[in-house]
Amino acid sequence: MSPELAVETRGLTKQYRTKTALLDCTISVPTGRISALVGANGAGKSTLLQILTGLRSASRGEAFVLGRGPEQNAAFLADVGFLAQEIAMYKRFSAEDHIGIGSHLNPRWDSEATRTRLQALDIPLDQAVGTLSGGQRAQVALALALAKRPRLLLLDEPVAALDPLARRQFLASLAEAVADGGLTVLLSSHLVTDLERVCDHVVLLASAQPQLCGDIDDILSEHRILTGPYRDTTALERDHVVVENKSTDRQTTLVVRIRGPLVDPSWDAHTIGLEDLILAYMGNTSNLSERGLHAIGAKQCPG
Amino acid sequence: MIQLRLDTKSGVPPYLQLVQQVTHALRMGILEIGDQLPTVKEVAAALAVNPNTVLKAYRELEYTGFVEGRPGVGTFVTRLPPGPPPNAHLTLARSLSRWLDKARSVGLDDQAIEALVRSALQAHGGLGEGAA
Repeated sequence: MSPELAVETRGLTKQYRTKTALLDCTISVPTGRISALVGANGAGKSTLLQILTGLRSASRGEAFVLGRGPEQNAAFLADVGFLAQEIAMYKRFSAEDHIGIGSHLNPRWDSEATRTRLQALDIPLDQAVGTLSGGQRAQVALALALAKRPRLLLLDEPVAALDPLARRQFLASLAEAVADGGLTVLLSSHLVTDLERVCDHVVLLASAQPQLCGDIDDILSEHRILTGPYRDTTALERDHVVVENKSTDRQTTLVVRIRGPLVDPSWDAHTIGLEDLILAYMGNTSNLSERGLHAIGAKQCPG
Repeated sequence: MIQLRLDTKSGVPPYLQLVQQVTHALRMGILEIGDQLPTVKEVAAALAVNPNTVLKAYRELEYTGFVEGRPGVGTFVTRLPPGPPPNAHLTLARSLSRWLDKARSVGLDDQAIEALVRSALQAHGGLGEGAA
């Protein structure tokens, strides 16, 4: 429970009747970051976000949000904003109506900053939000979530339904809000190219378990694509972790987490981008899930 | 004020792209000593890029001594990168453009031109490992 961590979980497990949505999930997100929560559908992203907001309880394990357990009470909700996949707003009410409601319900509500933010985006304050475009509605929802000046914002697929321009504008608003300081963001998304711009931290879930958690630059610098004529990888796996192996009978192509110097000079080593790395981990969960984060990245996460 | 941009497909880390663009602007005379760089918040909002990425780029530029951050005020250009003055670049760019016209007129394509430049650089002892 370090003050530098906005989110910390230890061994978090969520068991539904027929399905394990999260299994032994230990992750952390330092304060001031914009962290990308990625993984295939059903990997446990929404469950994790809902536990962090206090909307669901865990079957086992611990979660700390801004240093305390998530609870649906006033003190906690004043600090934590949450935008679900289905944005909850009153369609017939205008942005101004929502600002009015919020100011009655929240102790630190900043109506003026919210109006300024929306006006800068040319979003009409007096029009029913149901008549606004999808992008404008998302911006209103974000502005309202920021109006209570939360210290942590949890976003579940906030841009999935938006066109590319609206998406870019939404993420720009988010980046601008984080630039003001004091805010940490954890957002789930499938749109990796967007994430690469706006996120500096990543949490990757696959089969209910975290496979990666850490600073994106650090993680990328620890991985390489290795190519070379076909060969056995046993020797390589003694020192490094093979994340993905795509070999033909002539050629071997690997995504490897390097854990020391690469001694074999016959490998052709290339750097890897975030999208390819995420796909490599998502595509190879059968191989890695048993070992989970503990084997491949234990030092990344709790630190 | 300079316009920064990001190309997420280039494979170059975003912070490094920003460093390179500012350094390039300093070399080309687009930025001069005393000029203010856009604030972290402005760049974050304009490019939808993580503010920490911008901070990292500005810190790197501070470390090389090209800019100086003044708390609460902004980041300012304090020194130009070593090398020829901006005019020299312009003159060289013009003569290079004439040379390219000539190369095209005898039928060299981009790849052939690149190969030629590379081998010329190598002949002059340049293009060390990693420079590619």
